[in-house]
Amino acid sequence: MWRRIASLILKEFKMLWKDRKSRMVLVVPPLVQLVLFASAATFEVSDAALGLWIEDRAHPAQELVSRFEASPAFRVVARFDNPQAVQEALDSQKVKAVLHVGQSFSADVAAGRPARVQLLLDGRKSNAALILQSYALGIVESFNLARAGQAVAELNMHPRAWFNPNFDSRWFILPGLTVLLTITATLLITALSVARERELGTFEQLLVTPLQPMEILVGKTVPALCIGFVEANVIAVLACLTYGVPFVGSVVLFNVSIAIFVLSAVGIGLVISSVAKTQQQAILGVFLFLSPAMVLSGFTTPIANMPDWAQALTHLNPIRYMVTLSRGIFLQDLPWALAWPQLWPMALIGCVTLSYATWLFSRRLE
Amino acid sequence: MISARTFFRRFGGLLRKEFVQIVRDPSSIAIALVMPVVLLLLIGFGISLDARNVRFGIVDENRSVESAGLFQAFANTPYFRPFSFLSSRAAEAALMRGDIEGFVVLRSDFSRRVTDPVRAADIAIVVNGVDANNARIVTGYAQGVVATWLLGHRRDRARPVLSPVTVENRYWFNPEIRSTNFIVPGLIAMVMTMIGALLTALVVAREWERGTMEAMLASPASMTEILLGKLVAYFVLGLGGLGVSVFIGLVVFEVPFRGSAEVLVGISSVFLIVSLAMGLLISTVARSQFVAAQLAFLVTFMPALILSGLMFDIESMPHWVQAVTTVFPARYFVSSLQTLFLAGTVWPVLLPNLAMLVGFAILFLALAIARTRRSLE
Repeated sequence: MWRRIASLILKEFKMLWKDRKSRMVLVVPPLVQLVLFASAATFEVSDAALGLWIEDRAHPAQELVSRFEASPAFRVVARFDNPQAVQEALDSQKVKAVLHVGQSFSADVAAGRPARVQLLLDGRKSNAALILQSYALGIVESFNLARAGQAVAELNMHPRAWFNPNFDSRWFILPGLTVLLTITATLLITALSVARERELGTFEQLLVTPLQPMEILVGKTVPALCIGFVEANVIAVLACLTYGVPFVGSVVLFNVSIAIFVLSAVGIGLVISSVAKTQQQAILGVFLFLSPAMVLSGFTTPIANMPDWAQALTHLNPIRYMVTLSRGIFLQDLPWALAWPQLWPMALIGCVTLSYATWLFSRRLE
Repeated sequence: MISARTFFRRFGGLLRKEFVQIVRDPSSIAIALVMPVVLLLLIGFGISLDARNVRFGIVDENRSVESAGLFQAFANTPYFRPFSFLSSRAAEAALMRGDIEGFVVLRSDFSRRVTDPVRAADIAIVVNGVDANNARIVTGYAQGVVATWLLGHRRDRARPVLSPVTVENRYWFNPEIRSTNFIVPGLIAMVMTMIGALLTALVVAREWERGTMEAMLASPASMTEILLGKLVAYFVLGLGGLGVSVFIGLVVFEVPFRGSAEVLVGISSVFLIVSLAMGLLISTVARSQFVAAQLAFLVTFMPALILSGLMFDIESMPHWVQAVTTVFPARYFVSSLQTLFLAGTVWPVLLPNLAMLVGFAILFLALAIARTRRSLE
């Protein structure tokens, strides 16, 4: 029995490796994506083009403006003196934001009246706009504080971020990216290997060999598992070496999680390929599953922000559990006891989909 | 040289063949019409950058009117759902488990020192930094809640309140900062990239794999005609997909549309040609459906999500990554759609984008034809 399985596994590897192009798409893209996306995926905003519309030449206004000029978040690129010019610059995206200080600002400040400044933001890029808004708030708060002096401060706040003291975006993007790149490869390999055999008619040939359904399943699973292991570990090592992401957790736990995760991916891939009649339908199924599953995994935006029904749906998504695990293991040394609540749902998804696939393989025999 | 009449007859025949093929195989219709519905609905509702109901711990070692007031201040905002903890240790354990996103610590001398004119009180704000972006947002909200509470506290004690300078934020084009308003136009661009590239990449890769492409090339129709026939057929299908996407954006997500419909159709058509031509190129390079699928996923979904300005601000990326983003057409379409939906027909933004897209269309078409011709020899 083991010899039979081994020869099937060997055949699967040969299928993947014999063609130079399919070899290339397994090796090169993950590496390129890793380097490119890790650098691109940052929520920090720097050097944002700022326009100034200052109608007040007195000292307090100028002091506030100079604080904006000194901030690394903003770069002053234009000065305006009328609302039409402001509108035009915002419309044509010459500036991301405009700081407006009205005529009475300095007088209000001097008299102790409530004074306000306006920040006009380009809402087309709400994400960047929200971040810029918080930067501007910080600048104005430090201006207030400096004006009030030490006497009024009856409270000091000490914010601290555990596991990622500098709020480095890469530290949370890279562990997630490791998971996404691993599942892209493994899911496509399994979904297409069965769909291709069915389209070409070689799957029937496989079924009439002495191989048992269970053995076919193992033969289709092991290559994807191997590729998943290699890919996840190589990417994790590169993330640590080139981007300085810490890996404080257990390597064993990481690999156990990856194994269960890849099994669930293989199971989903096999179910997709068993429903599909052609490779094309299988690819379509993979896309339809993978693209929403990636976005709704907590990779870019927290699951807690989603509407309740979408949150409920994410429980069927193995990527969700693995992203949580990967981040936990990389950054916070997740203990086994806390990893368990993430591990068993993935294992369950794997069990259900893999047994369905086995049942399907045996049913096709009759 | 063939006459115009024979050309149109031949081309008409090719077109008819493509449409028969489309109708027979439901998967290309599914790509064009079902995929946008599923992706837009799932992702559009699922992506949200607006934190709400953040589970947050309040470690109250003080048990005073002041600390209870601060707890209430957290409970009163829509952003937080506060939980009371008796010790930092319990809160730390909850943070490790992921039960809470963060906590504040009010020491036992909090109420005394917050009223003491000499010694200021200290508040530690701890957040789980594993999700760095969320952590930053939550920290900002928490500081805001404490600052607001402090203002009220001062007023209650009749301390002289120095009115601080406040910032009034105005969001142009999107006054209520609905994140769907800017995400959905970007998503439409992403979905269109995938539709276009998938349609041609997969269908033509299959023709290569099965050898029917060679059979067609052996017919009297020229190669340009064959490729053009495919392009036109899938273009019609892709426009249907665009219609579905825009309909969902306007009706389901209630995104405003302030631009002109003609310009939308015009720019989208050019973009559709770009992504269909990109798919043709992929299929002639890949030749097998497995490789074509990997390549299509590689150059469409992930770049359209990460490198197009849909999620992350392009100008904040390192310069070399900014340079790389310029070769992904999705970037120009995302910017065009965001402007057309939210701002209107602003030509200074649209024209450069349109010019780039036209350039890409010509480049990809030329490359696809050149590659196919070479592979014949």
